[in-house]
Amino acid sequence: MAGAHPKVDVLIIGFGWTGAIMAQELTDAGLNVLAVERGDWMDTATDFSTSFAQDELRYYWRKELFQKPAHETLTIRNTASQTALPMRSLGSFLPGVGVGGAGLHWNGQVWRFLPTDFTARSHNLERYGKATVPDDMTIQDWGVTYAELEPHYDKFEYLCGVSGKAGNLSGAIQAGGDPFEGPRSREYPNPPLDMPYAPMLFAQAAASLGHHPFPHPAANMSRAYTNPLGVQLGPCTYCGYCEKYGCGNYAKSSAQTTILPVLMRKPNFTLKTGCEALKLNLAPDGKTVSSVSLIDADGQTWDQPADLVILSAYILHNVRLLLLSGVGKPYDPNTGQGVIGKNYAYQITSSVGFTFEDKILNPFIGAGALGMMMNDFNGDNFDHTGLGFIGGGYIGVLQTGARPIETFYNPSDLTTWGGDWKKKVARDYLKTFSVATHGAVMSHKGNYLDLDPTYRDVFGRPLMRMTFDYTDNEHKMSDYLTDRALEVAKAMNPRDITPHYRKGSWDVVPYQTTHNTGGAIMGTDPKSSALNKYLQMWDVANLFVMGATAFPQNAGYNPTGTVAALAYHAADAIKSQYLKAPGQPLMQA
Amino acid sequence: MDFSDGPGGRERAISRRRMLAGGALLGAVPVAVAAETLTGSGPPWAPNTAAYPQSADPAHRYDFFSGPEAAFIEAACARMIPKDDLGPGALEAGVPIFIDRQLAGDFGKAATWYMQGPWDAGLPTQGYQSRYTPAQMYRAAIAAVDKATQNASNNAFAGLSGEDQDAFLTRLASGDQQLEGVDAKAWFKLLLQNVMEGFFSDPIYGGNRDMAGWKLIGFPGARYDMTAYVKQYGKTYPLPPVGIGGRPAWSRS
Repeated sequence: MAGAHPKVDVLIIGFGWTGAIMAQELTDAGLNVLAVERGDWMDTATDFSTSFAQDELRYYWRKELFQKPAHETLTIRNTASQTALPMRSLGSFLPGVGVGGAGLHWNGQVWRFLPTDFTARSHNLERYGKATVPDDMTIQDWGVTYAELEPHYDKFEYLCGVSGKAGNLSGAIQAGGDPFEGPRSREYPNPPLDMPYAPMLFAQAAASLGHHPFPHPAANMSRAYTNPLGVQLGPCTYCGYCEKYGCGNYAKSSAQTTILPVLMRKPNFTLKTGCEALKLNLAPDGKTVSSVSLIDADGQTWDQPADLVILSAYILHNVRLLLLSGVGKPYDPNTGQGVIGKNYAYQITSSVGFTFEDKILNPFIGAGALGMMMNDFNGDNFDHTGLGFIGGGYIGVLQTGARPIETFYNPSDLTTWGGDWKKKVARDYLKTFSVATHGAVMSHKGNYLDLDPTYRDVFGRPLMRMTFDYTDNEHKMSDYLTDRALEVAKAMNPRDITPHYRKGSWDVVPYQTTHNTGGAIMGTDPKSSALNKYLQMWDVANLFVMGATAFPQNAGYNPTGTVAALAYHAADAIKSQYLKAPGQPLMQA
Repeated sequence: MDFSDGPGGRERAISRRRMLAGGALLGAVPVAVAAETLTGSGPPWAPNTAAYPQSADPAHRYDFFSGPEAAFIEAACARMIPKDDLGPGALEAGVPIFIDRQLAGDFGKAATWYMQGPWDAGLPTQGYQSRYTPAQMYRAAIAAVDKATQNASNNAFAGLSGEDQDAFLTRLASGDQQLEGVDAKAWFKLLLQNVMEGFFSDPIYGGNRDMAGWKLIGFPGARYDMTAYVKQYGKTYPLPPVGIGGRPAWSRS
């Protein structure tokens, strides 16, 4: 079918948050943009209307909005000495599929990373010395600073209409906000959401211990909002079906509710759904991608030429497509050489359950990012001297809605049935909630992504193989956070307290977070990173790779705010610099 | 496709979901979605395409379970969430019917799961690794349970005393009870998940009859606006639960 597909200015692969952001920015620059998405078109009225969106079985347990392992999965193991086996059904993380990607079923938790998160290696070495960063902890500086990203964080927060309270306005600490955050140039576009009982009890207890609780910044609307593109969102109704669900109320920000109503009208934009990228084809000199092999739902394949290629699928798919295409040098954990697949990281979570004797919490009320949090033990906001770990995480009560099946079925505890169990849940459901911790994962020499030697996808291509486990650093850090959460829980004076420390190896079964990171990381040196600070591949100048793929290690915050800020930062560089000298590196190695 | 095409839109919504199961089972259809090209002319949605789920028919009995299998599942449900002075248990709430429908459908077929070999038991951290689909696993496991109890006490599971049934289920959960040809603990994990799903999912799927599960705990169901109650600290939510299909009182004469 050569010749039937004329070259486009820009080809975007994967159409979630970053695909939509890049399409919006680059069509604004007058470029002719084609986006391909292997899943379906999905929109609010058709696919998750309020008349049927509140369906726990369909959307969470039968995973309607998520990637289907039958089509593509990955193999997993904790260490290189084990045989990786396929993730046959989804568990620990839930990649999306279809227009909007995982940004459709996310919670709307919009964080900025700390300024010191972007210099994790140099900062920790300087403050704590070499002993705190062992040789096999392969953390790196990002090559981009918080100050450089601040305007782009701001742009995303206004696009999304984030509800929150600033804690640091240009260096001036603000009462009621997060005093630990980096300086922001202006207040959030919307005030915080109304806060239910459990988060308020947490906040009182945390403050009584000298901590600094504040409302979680939320891409759930606290009031009707019109964003800078002119797209209107409605107020959140706290229905409790937010995380893992599409929002029927136009109240949760997604590509659908913030960008697509404008983008889809543009004559210089085309979206092909049901269309998957199979391979990036390098030009003979290997310095640019000349075309991308695509396949549509009818099984037709063709090579689509493009001047500029934006790889904006989920992190796991970005890395796999690079590996399958032979673009970039694969990482070798034995030598530490190579960059594709390097520094895969994740998140480490734990919780402390609490049940009151008589306080009715109505835990079914919820929104994705509704809660009171504290960052007193996140990043390097506290002195790590003598603790034996670096990094941290947030602690808080996040009331996303206690949907009953998720509340009562725990694959790690098979004793939750029978007459006594029934009496207990009837007595306690309305009076029970938990304090959550959400910790960073540092990158490690032995945690990486490569191609599996055995298992294949529906096209007969190798699955990607994930080799990952928590290290001593993560366990010590998570235990420390859980101890702090336990102290706050005790200060709430509940009848029962149940801490759930994260013990042992990473387990693919229970849901944890969809915060996979790394594999084609950004940095300052092409020997140790795949991308420069503009997410441009060091040695393939017309290829930009979006997403948490670029994170050299993960921080103690949810990734989407930083993912979007990096995309806007890249779009700015493409518009202001790259298009003046197309096909050239924006930075010299 | 042409997005002004209303009736075609409905077919699209239905067919793509059917294709999902079929494609996955065949393992050969590469992409289980319709290809569409969307450009800047007109809205990219079609009217009347909302994919509203169909209710299970409560009058109809088992599609998947045989007689002896149904006897097992009814007995197990009656022990796992028993009827008591708080109200109906899993049996009364239709959980066996729920599980039957699930096993007869896409879930039972593992339609969206990765089910290609080679097969290896793996480590607990690697999750479900059985070559059985959920439907196949139930079939093999229930036969193995009845065989084990027959050997031990000349009775199918359903014929044991409640205490003996509890003890058997407890041994399955702890991994102390092996089953011939089946990973007993992996199956119990699935059974417990399906019992909880059946007791607490929306009544349209055949379980949670009369919203018994939701009434037990005080869950209001598929309500979509909680705004007025967010700051009513400590107060019990005043409205009864409602399902996607409404409340029985709305349609009973």
